[in-house]
Amino acid sequence: MTMFDVKNIRKDFPILTREVNEKPLVYFDNAATSQTPQQVIDVIVDYYQNYNANIHRGVHALSQEATDKYEQARLKIQKHFNAAKAHEIIFTSGTTHSINIVANGFSAILKKGDEIIVSALEHHSNIVPWQMLCERTGAVLKVIAMNQKGELLLNVYDELLSDKTKLVFCNHISNALGTINPIKEIIDKAHEVGAAVLIDGAQAAPHLVADVQALDVDFYTISAHKVCGPTGAGMLYGKEEWLNKLPPYQGGGEMIAEVTFEKTTYADLPHKFEAGTPNICGGIAFGAALDYMNSIGFEAIAAYENELLEYATQKLLEIEGLKIYGTAKNKTSVISFNIEELHPYDIGSILDKLGIAVRTGHHCAQPIMDFFNIPGTVRASFCFYNTKEEIDVLVAGVKRAKNMLL
Amino acid sequence: MQIQEIQEEIVDEFAMFEDWMQRYEYMIDLGKALPLIDAQYKTDENIIKGCQSKVWVHAELEENKLVFTADSDAIITKGIIAILIRAFSNQKPLDIIEANTDFIDEIGLKEHLSPTRANGLVSMIKQIKLYAVAYQTQVK
Repeated sequence: MTMFDVKNIRKDFPILTREVNEKPLVYFDNAATSQTPQQVIDVIVDYYQNYNANIHRGVHALSQEATDKYEQARLKIQKHFNAAKAHEIIFTSGTTHSINIVANGFSAILKKGDEIIVSALEHHSNIVPWQMLCERTGAVLKVIAMNQKGELLLNVYDELLSDKTKLVFCNHISNALGTINPIKEIIDKAHEVGAAVLIDGAQAAPHLVADVQALDVDFYTISAHKVCGPTGAGMLYGKEEWLNKLPPYQGGGEMIAEVTFEKTTYADLPHKFEAGTPNICGGIAFGAALDYMNSIGFEAIAAYENELLEYATQKLLEIEGLKIYGTAKNKTSVISFNIEELHPYDIGSILDKLGIAVRTGHHCAQPIMDFFNIPGTVRASFCFYNTKEEIDVLVAGVKRAKNMLL
Repeated sequence: MQIQEIQEEIVDEFAMFEDWMQRYEYMIDLGKALPLIDAQYKTDENIIKGCQSKVWVHAELEENKLVFTADSDAIITKGIIAILIRAFSNQKPLDIIEANTDFIDEIGLKEHLSPTRANGLVSMIKQIKLYAVAYQTQVK
């Protein structure tokens, strides 16, 4: 065991002390949403208790205070992802919203016959908006295939790229399998043919820090609730030149410069994409969540989570008939598995009775399940506040479920 | 036996179990023992939406009574189906339409199953009742 002080870290998360079905909660559904530390809960409470007000428009003190905190959060996020400019960070309701802003924007840019490339590892939220975009524009969707380990085939990608390619979309890390994709290579190759790249960082953000300038990525998206923040808040990073090119997604207050009944001129970035009253508290708490994670340190987090992943992989594979899906060389602390012909739902139901929270089903990634020809998997995803003892509870639970069901 | 009587019988049986484990083991046994549905009825049209596992339900009218056959790819779900079939199969459509389903709560199924599963359970009952409504018109 490293010097990672998980015992103390767990004290930050009040929810981890609760019981489920009269058993201590073992929370292994972190890839769906992470838990919230007291430090972030305090920020949320403080907002509603002390300075709840609408931002960017009031002359009064509360509005000013809320505006300052909200904009400070934007700066924190900018710094975290090393964006060149603060207005390249757009607050959104989460990754899905972020992706839709870009997909909608490109419907004004794409022409019939243009091509969009997505990876075979995508979440539905990174497939459906592009399909809708293709329907609207007549563009064609192409898919980067993967191998049995759940790794993208870059030679297939090379063949798909051409001067027709206008956009490439790929997740940084697969939610269903945990594969870490070689996004730098994917971005560079797309740029060689003049295509823009959106990387969905929802699953990567809790495990590593993406430097958007070093990556030279055009768009990067994340959700706050994956990084110990609240739900309903997230970010779209976009290069300034791209954000200026895209039309606004929603009309409303905040996003305008001047309105007459003849014509409206849009506000500058980032407000052009932030119509209406935003999730102010959520944005501020998002910043606080990144502060919290940085206080622990992403290097320490990654090292500890790797330890958990290795331990869990080894222990689970000792169970006869258990098969892990997603065995990429580079992967994060996500284990998707099945046992023989057992339905993941049966296993998940019994684990729930034992107080263990896992995800079962297709993980919003049906094409991946089709690839492996399975209805779904049981997915256990680990966070830095989990322990090896909890993994032992999971392994015992899976054995028990297997005995009951087979 | 009337639907009400069968339901009471099921409630009595479940009352004997001391914990969830025994209840689940019983449902798993019921699931494994459920007679297979005729393969021709395992069609997409017969799939019930709202379940995380796949559930097929088929109904036929025999001598003015509705006979259900069903299947699922998950065992515990099959166990739930077995209980529903026991309660509602071989009954007159009108009785099925009018039957109340409180016994589901009483045997702790709805309360103890996860929300998505509970929804599946609700969908299954809804489908059974829909069949009954549809076949009611054919009863002589």
